[in-house]
Amino acid sequence: MESKYDLDVRGLSCPEPVVQAKKILDGGIVKKISIIADSRVSAENIRRLAYHFGLACSLTERAGEFLIVIGKEV
Amino acid sequence: MSRRLIIIGGALLGVLGVLLVRFGNPANMGICVACFIRDTAGGLGLHRAALVQYIRPEISGFILGAFAAALAAGEFRARGGSSPMLRFFLGFAVMIGALIFLGCPLRMLLRLSAGDLNALVGLFGFVAGIAVGVFFIRRGFSLGRSYKLGTGNGYVIPVIAFSFIVLVLAAPAFIFFSESGPGSLRAPFLLSLAGGLAAGVVVQRSRLCQAGCFRDLMLVKDPHLLYGSLAIFGTALVMNLAFGYFKVGFAGQPVAHTDGVWNFLGMVVVGLGATLLGGCPLRQTIMAGEGDTDAGMAFLGMLVGAAFAHNFGLASSPAGTTAAGRIGAVLALAFLVTVGFTFTLAEVKIPVKESAAHGIKV
Repeated sequence: MESKYDLDVRGLSCPEPVVQAKKILDGGIVKKISIIADSRVSAENIRRLAYHFGLACSLTERAGEFLIVIGKEV
Repeated sequence: MSRRLIIIGGALLGVLGVLLVRFGNPANMGICVACFIRDTAGGLGLHRAALVQYIRPEISGFILGAFAAALAAGEFRARGGSSPMLRFFLGFAVMIGALIFLGCPLRMLLRLSAGDLNALVGLFGFVAGIAVGVFFIRRGFSLGRSYKLGTGNGYVIPVIAFSFIVLVLAAPAFIFFSESGPGSLRAPFLLSLAGGLAAGVVVQRSRLCQAGCFRDLMLVKDPHLLYGSLAIFGTALVMNLAFGYFKVGFAGQPVAHTDGVWNFLGMVVVGLGATLLGGCPLRQTIMAGEGDTDAGMAFLGMLVGAAFAHNFGLASSPAGTTAAGRIGAVLALAFLVTVGFTFTLAEVKIPVKESAAHGIKV
């Protein structure tokens, strides 16, 4: 089944969301990746990780979930 | 930026940690999540160690402060289902480790800021335990996802916290209040409650976590949480010096013992357990207030663990460790290591798109 997002970290406890995101970012990204989280804390942590990689990051909240888009520019 | 928030949060916690001692809490124990949960277990009669029985208002404050802050910020979410039974016993194990060392990671920092070098030994153990936890995380350790639950689930721990306040104030005959020992040393009720509420709000907003701070350094080289812990330590140090509480050394430190091996190992248990749980004991308590029932299970595990620790003679005292306690610490460590090895990513499906169309090189 196709997933709408590149990475789904909903329901994962600290620090798994960041660990999963880091695995993808370590591989280097060409365009953009999208991550869905369900806690603001996870979203904030992933955003900090993106900045650490020197990437841009946008965070949108919708119905209690957080869409994080990371790329060279977002 | 959030760095400012976490430094302010840490500073406030450091201030509270020493101020509460000034107003009556035991020395070097202005705030100790493990000791206070243990005291609460005693107050409820879950154990009968007469020196440590008092339903600490600070604990209720942490939970209700976090509850209020989460509600106000729209972050209260009843959730659960991530290996709750295991988390109960992880909390149980963490409490045993903490009672061997005589402090949670926050108290470890407060003790260190007052010159207690036994806490430095504990710190080494704590970091070692976290390193083991990081090894498991890198290997793919996961307790699985949690899911949204009916809102009532999230209210349980806050209601329990409120009931504790009622019990302390009503003081019925079946609730215990130590008349000597650390349990008898307490700041006035309102101050304890206010301090706890303030800490609950601060920690919920700033995401402070003593375990996370070292873990993130190791995992992703992120010092964000470390700034918070340094702020706690620095502020408490200044206040301890100002109040004359600072005394460097190993011997004769308040509510502490000098058994280095077990100060180290006790905190290895705490560090490893906290890393597997996803947060230090204070963080678990705060998250329980936010509606996280998995953290709530860890909290209840700590409460029951504290009761068992005293009923079975596992807890240390200023005189040192007990034989049963040392066995308990080793068993706790064995349990944690088993959980760490057993619960790996393969059992948790995390869909990752490995499609060139999305430009990911995996």
